[in-house]
Amino acid sequence: MSRLGIIGLVIVAFFVLAALFADLIATHDVGATNLSMRYIGPTVQHWFGTDSTGRDIFSRVVFGARISLEVGIVVVSVSVLIGTFIGVIAGYYGGWVDRFLSGYLFNVFLAFPGLLLAIAVVAFLGAGLGKLIFALCVIGWVGYARLIRAQVLKVREYDFVQAARALGAGDLRIMAIHILPNAIQPLIVQASLGMAGAVLSEASLSFLGLGVPPPAPSWGVMIEEARDLSTLQAAPHALIFPGLAIALTVLAFNFIGDGLREYLDPRQRRR
Amino acid sequence: MKHKLFGVLRRIGFLVLVVWTVVSLVTLLIELVPGDPAVAVLGDQATPEQLAQFRAKHGLDRPAFFFGIPADANGRRSFRWYGLDNRYRDYWVAILHGDLGKSFRTDQPVKDLILQRYPATIELAVVAMIVAVCIAIPLGVIAGKNRGTLLDNGLSVVALVGISLPSFVIGPMLVYLFAVKLGWLAPSGRFDWSDIILPAFTLGAALSAILTRMVRSSVIEELGENYVRTARAKGLSERTVVYKHVLKNGLIPVVTVLGLQLGVLLAGAIITEKIFGWPGLGLLLVEDGIAKRDYSIVQGCVLAISTTYIIANTLTDLLYRFLDPRIRVS
Repeated sequence: MSRLGIIGLVIVAFFVLAALFADLIATHDVGATNLSMRYIGPTVQHWFGTDSTGRDIFSRVVFGARISLEVGIVVVSVSVLIGTFIGVIAGYYGGWVDRFLSGYLFNVFLAFPGLLLAIAVVAFLGAGLGKLIFALCVIGWVGYARLIRAQVLKVREYDFVQAARALGAGDLRIMAIHILPNAIQPLIVQASLGMAGAVLSEASLSFLGLGVPPPAPSWGVMIEEARDLSTLQAAPHALIFPGLAIALTVLAFNFIGDGLREYLDPRQRRR
Repeated sequence: MKHKLFGVLRRIGFLVLVVWTVVSLVTLLIELVPGDPAVAVLGDQATPEQLAQFRAKHGLDRPAFFFGIPADANGRRSFRWYGLDNRYRDYWVAILHGDLGKSFRTDQPVKDLILQRYPATIELAVVAMIVAVCIAIPLGVIAGKNRGTLLDNGLSVVALVGISLPSFVIGPMLVYLFAVKLGWLAPSGRFDWSDIILPAFTLGAALSAILTRMVRSSVIEELGENYVRTARAKGLSERTVVYKHVLKNGLIPVVTVLGLQLGVLLAGAIITEKIFGWPGLGLLLVEDGIAKRDYSIVQGCVLAISTTYIIANTLTDLLYRFLDPRIRVS
């Protein structure tokens, strides 16, 4: 795998560890406010400084990793499952099923600007972690479905699929055992890029006040709280550290996605 | 010729189908509101008379769709057919008359609110696109010409960082630098011509990174073509070769991506407008619509943004067919 891909893996591993052991790593209580300690720059006590209510930014960034990765993993897993299911059906059966699914349904979902649809869903449902995840799955599945459909269209014409059919294998068996394993490779790349997208969308919606409600330490919420002018003036680090955390996570998943793509498809190397 | 016209008609037919679906979705989304929208807007303190009056004014007392499965007094649900007397039909009739309903809060026509804000959003998206193009073309050409060198790799990493940095991180950082520290530009608002600089850079940053990558691979591809060798052989300077010949051909795919990206910018403008208090559709959606639970404004904004997006995409697709005859066949 490419060097950048490895770097991506290392960064992600770092954040996963932070999320798993957040309770051990965090140096302070994430919710504990202390107005006499507000706007403190990075010190030995507060590695990333404190925010406008004196909360420890390092601890909040660490716990923020938990929210981001949780949302990312759930959204990508659910979207991949739904997308694969629908994509395999569209690609395998073809005909009017495919015409409805890929000709109409996929295109309708792709015709919406993704984030706008998520915003609309949450705006009507109300803010909250579960609703946020639901909204991101609503916009997330279609990319995987389209990808899998294209793969299945290709794989189902291979000789070994014809052979399986000739031997009397049922549709379900052919789909699950013969087609899916051979169609799944590009999905891994897409899922990695999807993690970047989901982390970004979670932060965007939380930033807009549509995601995890404050005082939860979501990175998006932290940035929203840090961007009023008096906080910017007194404590720019309250913006920089959560911003850096988002950028690094997204960058790392993008690195992994690009790296995997090159790794799985040698023709693309060094383009 | 016949074939081409058929493709265009098909594309327009699909456009109509998608717009119909989007409008339907938007009208029915209000059913997702947990509990009673009237209570959500007026609050728990509202008297039953006020609630009833509110529902009647905005048509919320009428069934949502042609049929429904309402619960009766005993809580049992059964299928019921309402016929034409429903909100879905009302909404369509109103839309076809150019009416998007009234604000739940201020009773202002939603259409007027949207028309008021629309130019600011378009202005922001277009300027952001110009900024992105002005950054991307020189950087992409430099990277492509020096393929594989340290400079190229460095630019590639910068582009990836640009894609990964969300606007709500770039935006406040620019505010910190240029408004708080240096005091050169205003942190928010839309009063002076210079007020668009920060929002446009924020919104255009990701696009410029994407375009840089595209221009780069496009330049690399074109540099391998025969006409480049001819141009070089007849003694043209490398500068002329790249900027007059390679760039002209290499920009065709980039131009078409721009059309698609206009829609993405419109959606991204929601966040940028919130950061800079830019009075466009996004700010209307977030501050007047979502924050105040003014659902008719939310519906109107979602409709306006997504319809613009869909139409921009369709026009791009048609333009692409026109520019590049090869894709008409497929």
